[in-house]
Amino acid sequence: MIGAAYSIPSVLVFVTSAMLILVGAIGVISVKNPVHAALCLIMTLFGVAVAFVAQSADFLAAVQIIVYAGAIVVLFLFVIMFLGVDRREHIHFEPLVGQRAFAAVGVAITVGGLIALMARSHWVSGASSVTTKLSSGGGNVKELGTAVFTTYLFAFEATAALLIIAVVGAVLLARRESATQGEESA
Amino acid sequence: MNWLATVDPLFDHGVTFAVLVIVVIKMLVGLGLLMGSVIVMIWFERKAISDMQSRIGPQRWGPFGLLQTLADGLKLILKEDLIPSEADRTVFKLAPFLVLVPAIITFGLVPVGGEMTIAGHKVLLQVANPPMGILLLLAMSGISVYGVMLAGWSSGSKYPLLSSVRASAQMISYEAALGMTIVTVVLVTGSLSIHNIVTSQSHGIWHWNLIRLGIVPFVVFVIAITAELNRPPFDVVEAESELVGGFHTEYSSFRFAIFFLAEYMNTITMSAIIVTLFLGGPAGWAPNVAHLKWLFPIAWFLIKTVGFAFCYVWFRASLPRFRYDQLMDLGWKRLIPLSLGWMLIVAGFLVAKGWGFMMAAVVLVSYSVLTRAFSLGQSREVGADSVLPIVGGRPLPGEVLRSKTDEESD
Repeated sequence: MIGAAYSIPSVLVFVTSAMLILVGAIGVISVKNPVHAALCLIMTLFGVAVAFVAQSADFLAAVQIIVYAGAIVVLFLFVIMFLGVDRREHIHFEPLVGQRAFAAVGVAITVGGLIALMARSHWVSGASSVTTKLSSGGGNVKELGTAVFTTYLFAFEATAALLIIAVVGAVLLARRESATQGEESA
Repeated sequence: MNWLATVDPLFDHGVTFAVLVIVVIKMLVGLGLLMGSVIVMIWFERKAISDMQSRIGPQRWGPFGLLQTLADGLKLILKEDLIPSEADRTVFKLAPFLVLVPAIITFGLVPVGGEMTIAGHKVLLQVANPPMGILLLLAMSGISVYGVMLAGWSSGSKYPLLSSVRASAQMISYEAALGMTIVTVVLVTGSLSIHNIVTSQSHGIWHWNLIRLGIVPFVVFVIAITAELNRPPFDVVEAESELVGGFHTEYSSFRFAIFFLAEYMNTITMSAIIVTLFLGGPAGWAPNVAHLKWLFPIAWFLIKTVGFAFCYVWFRASLPRFRYDQLMDLGWKRLIPLSLGWMLIVAGFLVAKGWGFMMAAVVLVSYSVLTRAFSLGQSREVGADSVLPIVGGRPLPGEVLRSKTDEESD
């Protein structure tokens, strides 16, 4: 009954993107070398972009690639290269006492929550867009732009301010630390 | 399949077998064109530079040495393929393709001509015209950073790693200015599709974005894209006096050939992109000749693109290389504020004249504040009351440099 709502091409696209996402995600946590893990993360991001395109969210797909794959993971790699953390690390060492136990509890809560959600809601609706349909003329960008600059203007501006504050704060902290170091060594 | 027709008139009557054949032919012709133009471009660069330096240049193989590139390519492929023992083998093999694939995809977005009618189907002379074309362009330039970065890292060698760190920092820095100037183009066009960007400029030279947007975005775009290409004068990535050969030092044979190919592909594609975004692409005067009308846009496009390709060769022959900190200063302190301010002014004028002038005033005020901030920062960085450690490629005083190198050699 559910299968009737899908055409073969859309199923193929979904399976491809799901495989990309899953294989990438498993790779991120199972691969030992951090650079390889970052590459797996890029694969996951591409899978998500494909899924976005399949949902005719072209703009989101493009932004996903530009922002996440094009900038954020590049910064990850940057840090890995600069700090030289691509050496093998001792996995038995725990920087925080009891972090393994806390991690196990966290995983249990997350999985439990997901299962509870799945049991209570209809996940497979068969429709590509569950809320309102995109108007045919304007397309993605117009819809998103209108939403961001009218309905959600306050949230949008608040996010912008938050990001600026975070950047300025990060620069300030980094600079102050290096200045005191300079005094100590001098 | 209705939404496909809004993207490309080829799909007006749905996807039939003929349409599929046309799409495949378009892809093959696009790839062939790109490969052919790379061969010509390498020959052209060598010939033009040797002319500027009073040399003869390649002359042995074929008329005017035209087949020299083919001979070089064949030689490279027949050479031994070396992988350094310290290299990360998988990533080392993957990296050249991460450079090549974005280069090919980007060329597929460029409209080479106007429209043609083949077997009753309207065909755009552009391999693909996705609705978010211009964003795809940005995404591809973002992805090509990985190729350079991973090539340097995976070589397991000192200088390639330094080169790739430089390259990725440079490419990310200039991407911001690049994106901002593209936003001005998108603002004035009102669409993200590259086909629409070209058609909105097709009503004569005064409608070209070069003039419509003021010259500033064009200049910023050309500088930023030259930095993205890592071409002279922004080729600190391949500064052979400092870094042996750059990120591809350890590469040999076919893998090196791929890097070389991608570099020239990018040069051609970016010349074409400049023409598309700012000079109207295939727009130009076309006489009303029956059956040959489609030829003139292609000719105009080629003339403009070759003009910019020549400019790149000219830059290479005549401009000295930037120092690394100068490069970063230019990117962050000049180009980004300039393109951001210009974007605000353009957006203001698009709403109303009054808003435009108001924006211009705001931008001028903030520029003066910014200039003051820069001069303050400069005095803190190198002046008497300096609190900051020396960052980046600033030349150190002789004795400091000597003490540092002595420490390392112990």
